[in-house]
Amino acid sequence: MRTLNVAEITENIKEMCIEANHFLSSDMARELCAAAGTEKAPLGRQILQQLQENLKIAGEDMIPICQDTGMAVIFMEVGQDVHFEGGFLEDAIQEGVRRGYAEGFLRKSVVKDPIFRENTKDNTPAVIHYEIVPGDRVRITVAPKGFGSENMSRIFMLKPADGIEGVKNAVLTAVKDAGPNACPPMVVGVGIGGTFEKCALLAKRALTRPLDQVPDLEYVRELERELLERINCLGIGPAGLGGSTTALAVNIETFPTHIAGLPVAVNICCHVNRHAVREV
Amino acid sequence: MDRHISVPLKDETAASLRAGDYVYLTGTIYTARDAAHKRMAEILAGGGQLPLEMEHNVIYYMGPSPAREGRPIGSAGPTTASRMDKYAPALLDLGLKGMIGKGKRSREVKEALVRNGAVYFAAVGGAGALLSRSVTDSQVIAYDDLGTEAIRRLEIRDFPVIVVMDSVGNDLYETAVHEYSREWKG
Repeated sequence: MRTLNVAEITENIKEMCIEANHFLSSDMARELCAAAGTEKAPLGRQILQQLQENLKIAGEDMIPICQDTGMAVIFMEVGQDVHFEGGFLEDAIQEGVRRGYAEGFLRKSVVKDPIFRENTKDNTPAVIHYEIVPGDRVRITVAPKGFGSENMSRIFMLKPADGIEGVKNAVLTAVKDAGPNACPPMVVGVGIGGTFEKCALLAKRALTRPLDQVPDLEYVRELERELLERINCLGIGPAGLGGSTTALAVNIETFPTHIAGLPVAVNICCHVNRHAVREV
Repeated sequence: MDRHISVPLKDETAASLRAGDYVYLTGTIYTARDAAHKRMAEILAGGGQLPLEMEHNVIYYMGPSPAREGRPIGSAGPTTASRMDKYAPALLDLGLKGMIGKGKRSREVKEALVRNGAVYFAAVGGAGALLSRSVTDSQVIAYDDLGTEAIRRLEIRDFPVIVVMDSVGNDLYETAVHEYSREWKG
């Protein structure tokens, strides 16, 4: 048993909200940089150069990469041998978000009620996903999600008979419909299997997987490769103004499912695919 | 073609812009997004006075992040324009000459652009840090209670945008995607 004061969680989450909104993870930055060298459209190359410059300014001047600093999505992988003291864990997480968005000059984009829409003015509540894991550590992932791309995400409840071709069509349909709205070049997170909500969560989790990490299953690796090629044949391009770089990556996660179903979720993220990870 | 033009937009300038033109805007524009548009629509429905003149003006669909001390604005990139499609035709009919945002527009908006000789510009989405450098001043002029969604008057210098939809019905999103799409050969 390891005792952990929740104040430590608050402090880490505060710092991670600020970090994620000003600095892209190295795998994302690398892919964006590489795309500027391979893009076929002149305007597309110019836009990708601007995105490089944007990242540089964000880091140097401490100004958020994008003004939509997102709704904070937080994955908590909590070791079952951890005992929290000093307060309620959930309160500590929300306090970290509150402080991070205030001290980091991040935009407050959360409304209290989906219909009445009064801004909570501190960007809380965050959306938190807990997972109990072996050990005595806590692994935190903070992934602020912008809604330009979130709004273009989709769930398809396919039939088993639709098979892998159905999955491909679903992903391509979602990306085509998203087009310029999702701020391409995008990262496409895909969840296949599980239940209605499980596949959505898989798709969200897929967005946090490092772009250079390959999946274990061979057919998933192949599917990611094919879908990325086909998406980049669509011509949407950087900012949707035409070109060969529509997506930087397709990340797929799978899970067992029911004999009667084939759920597919497509969670689209813009080129500002933010996530910070820490273990405490 | 690269062009430097001033805003508010003159009729003849708006009419001369073509989809695909890369344009640097200098002058005064106004921000408004979802909540401000909703309020303006309610004012129009009640026959009231809008908080800004539409004639020849340009609206930027943008809600900035907070400014650090000594800076005019925080990160300041475009938001998705289609959420304002419901409101835009009425504002264009009142003389609005331009909108800056990102993403597709409805048929009704395109028709209103042609009808009124107006244009739709895209700024690069997700480049809010870079775009903030072209904003020299920002003042809230209405709806302060909306926070980031308040209406702001911005002074801009060489603010980079691309004409996506022009006053003769061209749509760069459609033509450019067509130009670069290719068959997947497997």
